[in-house]
Amino acid sequence: MLFFNFLIAFIVGGFICVIGQLLMDVFKLTPGHTLSILVVVGAILDGLGLYEPLIDFAGAGATIPITSFGNSLTHGALAEAEKHGWVGVLTGMFEVTSSGISAAIVFGFIAALIFKPKGKAN
Amino acid sequence: MDPQEYQQLEQQMTPPTPYLKNVLKAFFVGGIICTIGQAITYLYVIFFNFTEQTAGNATVATMVFIAMILTGLGLYRKLGQFAGAGSAVPVTGFGNAVISAAIEGRTEGFVLGVGSNMFKLAGSVILFGVASAFFVALIKLILVSVGVLEW
Repeated sequence: MLFFNFLIAFIVGGFICVIGQLLMDVFKLTPGHTLSILVVVGAILDGLGLYEPLIDFAGAGATIPITSFGNSLTHGALAEAEKHGWVGVLTGMFEVTSSGISAAIVFGFIAALIFKPKGKAN
Repeated sequence: MDPQEYQQLEQQMTPPTPYLKNVLKAFFVGGIICTIGQAITYLYVIFFNFTEQTAGNATVATMVFIAMILTGLGLYRKLGQFAGAGSAVPVTGFGNAVISAAIEGRTEGFVLGVGSNMFKLAGSVILFGVASAFFVALIKLILVSVGVLEW
């Protein structure tokens, strides 16, 4: 059963990356455009109520790709909107997502303290 | 040489994109990164009393931490050259974008360099994530208050 969960995470996560690769290769999009599209898709899927079932099914295969960033932003906004109405759309947004962004900021700062730049982008 | 000729020449000179190879590499590397994420999720669930829902946030933070180490050592860039979207799409790619911009910014100082440049690459992801989440939530809120949908 455990092995099966790992396999599902591998396949679903890999498949989302394949979509990203096709956007880059076939439609000649930059990585920035590709990731932006995937984030928007994740937000829309959560609006349709489809992303949570995907997480239940695939675990980290759905939470690790960047689509989950759009999902959790929407999820926080919807949860607060349900409780507090209009204001909740703004206040709830970062409730669920905060860990990814705060981790990136904190570790980015620590990395800048520790590591020296090695020429062209690390 | 007129622009059309140049374009033709450019098309002849550019090597064809190895679609299948790129897709396979993206699939395997992306899949492996997600499998590692799954393993970290289980570690949090088994040893730190997280539920599978709450472990997601801790997992993302841990993955970004790993991305910091790999980025600092210059290894994530090499992985990216090999894997393309396979290493860009997982959250480690987001972490890498922020962290590599932060390290690069160091030459211009901590305020104007690190602080200002940190989200140079990842900023678009945050912008479009937040903007689309806002509109999706707004539309759903309107549909619910009109009575078309229920929460």
